[in-house]
Amino acid sequence: MTDILVVAESDADVLSSATLEAITAARSLEGTIHVLLFGSSVDADEAAARVGAFGAEELHVAEHELLGDYGPEAWGQALALAIDDMEPDVVVACGTSKGNEVLAQAAARLDLPFVANCIDLPGELADSDDVVLTRVQWGGSLLEEASLSAETRIVSISHHAVEAESIDGPAATTDTFVPELHDTVARSLCVGREMAEAGVTLSTAPIVFGGGRGVGSADAFAPLEELASLMGGRVGCSRAVTNNGWRPHRDQVGQTGTRIAPELYVASGISGAIQHWVGAMASKKILAINTDPEANMVVKSDYFVQGDLHKVLPAVIDEIKSRRG
Amino acid sequence: MRILVCVKRVPAPGAKINITADGQDVDTAHLGFAMSPHEECAVEEAVQLVERFDGEATVLTLGPPEAEEQLRYASSLGVQNAVLLSTDGSAWDPQGTARAIVSAVQSLEAEDGPFDLILFGNESADSGGYQVGVRVAHALGRPIVNAIKGIEPDFDAGTTRVKREIDGGFEIYDLPLPAVLGVKEGLNLPRYPTMKGRLASKKVGVKVIEAAADAGGQGRVRLRQPPAQASTMVKLGDGPEAAPAIVDLFEELGLLK
Repeated sequence: MTDILVVAESDADVLSSATLEAITAARSLEGTIHVLLFGSSVDADEAAARVGAFGAEELHVAEHELLGDYGPEAWGQALALAIDDMEPDVVVACGTSKGNEVLAQAAARLDLPFVANCIDLPGELADSDDVVLTRVQWGGSLLEEASLSAETRIVSISHHAVEAESIDGPAATTDTFVPELHDTVARSLCVGREMAEAGVTLSTAPIVFGGGRGVGSADAFAPLEELASLMGGRVGCSRAVTNNGWRPHRDQVGQTGTRIAPELYVASGISGAIQHWVGAMASKKILAINTDPEANMVVKSDYFVQGDLHKVLPAVIDEIKSRRG
Repeated sequence: MRILVCVKRVPAPGAKINITADGQDVDTAHLGFAMSPHEECAVEEAVQLVERFDGEATVLTLGPPEAEEQLRYASSLGVQNAVLLSTDGSAWDPQGTARAIVSAVQSLEAEDGPFDLILFGNESADSGGYQVGVRVAHALGRPIVNAIKGIEPDFDAGTTRVKREIDGGFEIYDLPLPAVLGVKEGLNLPRYPTMKGRLASKKVGVKVIEAAADAGGQGRVRLRQPPAQASTMVKLGDGPEAAPAIVDLFEELGLLK
């Protein structure tokens, strides 16, 4: 029987939705899905119900005083010890910043290969120790078929490559795993947080108004700001904009900025270089506003308005205001 | 105070990346090269730290002899030393890359003393394996945190406070030195080289170490293009007259409350 160990990610006391993507992806493999949860800040019963609904059968809660808050070495060592203890055939996490970090930490400790950001999990991953996986390169604009030879296959599934889908399964059975963590892992524990803002962020906003080089200046982002505020969205931008100092880097959508996945991405004056496109491509729908109908962003969009953003966006603001009376 | 920055030579593509006929590599016939964007910020940070605290910075790359271009670029910005771990230019897997870097770091440290900080980019722009820095740190017995967007070291106390980017803010870590960091673009705004810097970088001696291949369990079968998506683009209109159609779309998607 094949055992698949899914690494859960939690944010404070909430099981992250990325975990559910990883469980959904793991269902394509024949085997028992186990979930490893770090620490007891997430309510175990709630987690067991949640991961069970998506198809996990067993939830293992790793408990240790050094697993209170996130620490890459603490989580990585706990995972490595869990792998030694449970001997799963496959270990999967969602390829988020922390998901990839924890897998890398565990793989380094076990001197095993780790294949990051696969787009799917082929069935043979469950029972062969020599498989070919398809993973993203260049943030997703190119694919690599990579061979993986290892008795324990450690892989991450690219974030947003799979949509989390419940199968209304029963709650997973729960047990406790107590790893013998080394004191040194305490050196890289998170000791605090600085939260910049309340409300929606670039990665959670239902609508993002993105501006590129075509916006022309920092001041010319005013209509994008107004639209974002009218509609409960956020302003994003391309790398050209941050390199020009028009917007802070935290607003950058792209391979080296934020990956977004809103219901609608409104891309104004953005040509759509690879760097930007891979940060925007998980958007459900894209509306491009551009003077150039041949621009990469336009060609890849769902909706297109040809025109000068400086004239189109104010007209959209007026239209929203008049409909709202 | 000594800082090491590890960089990777990668092609600098525009709107499309082409693949060579044998599927083994990106077709770079018409492309320039750069270091990965996160690493440009790592180099800038090293130069700023040396300016603030004194000491010296070293840039290291594993790659073909042509990667000397990226080492000299870092030198032109103010990095004092350059090390090339020379390969034949084929794609190395993450375990093999990490082993070669660990061995080089150990020999550099045996000669001139430990690096207080080793900076990696969070991930390379091309292969994006998300692990070389972590493997190197683990092998050296040092802490590492990724996604770093702020570094405030206290070299006298032997610690550094770092900020990791998370959704909506930052996490704070206090690490003992020596430490390893995976940094992200946005850490700073990299400078451009001056003419004087460019000229000086031509005279910098590059230390060349032949990297011994010791491959791990991941290999490249081939590269391929993602499946082409059939264009389903719908043109809503031209200019400001398209505003009602845009707002209709917002309503249709349930975005206008």
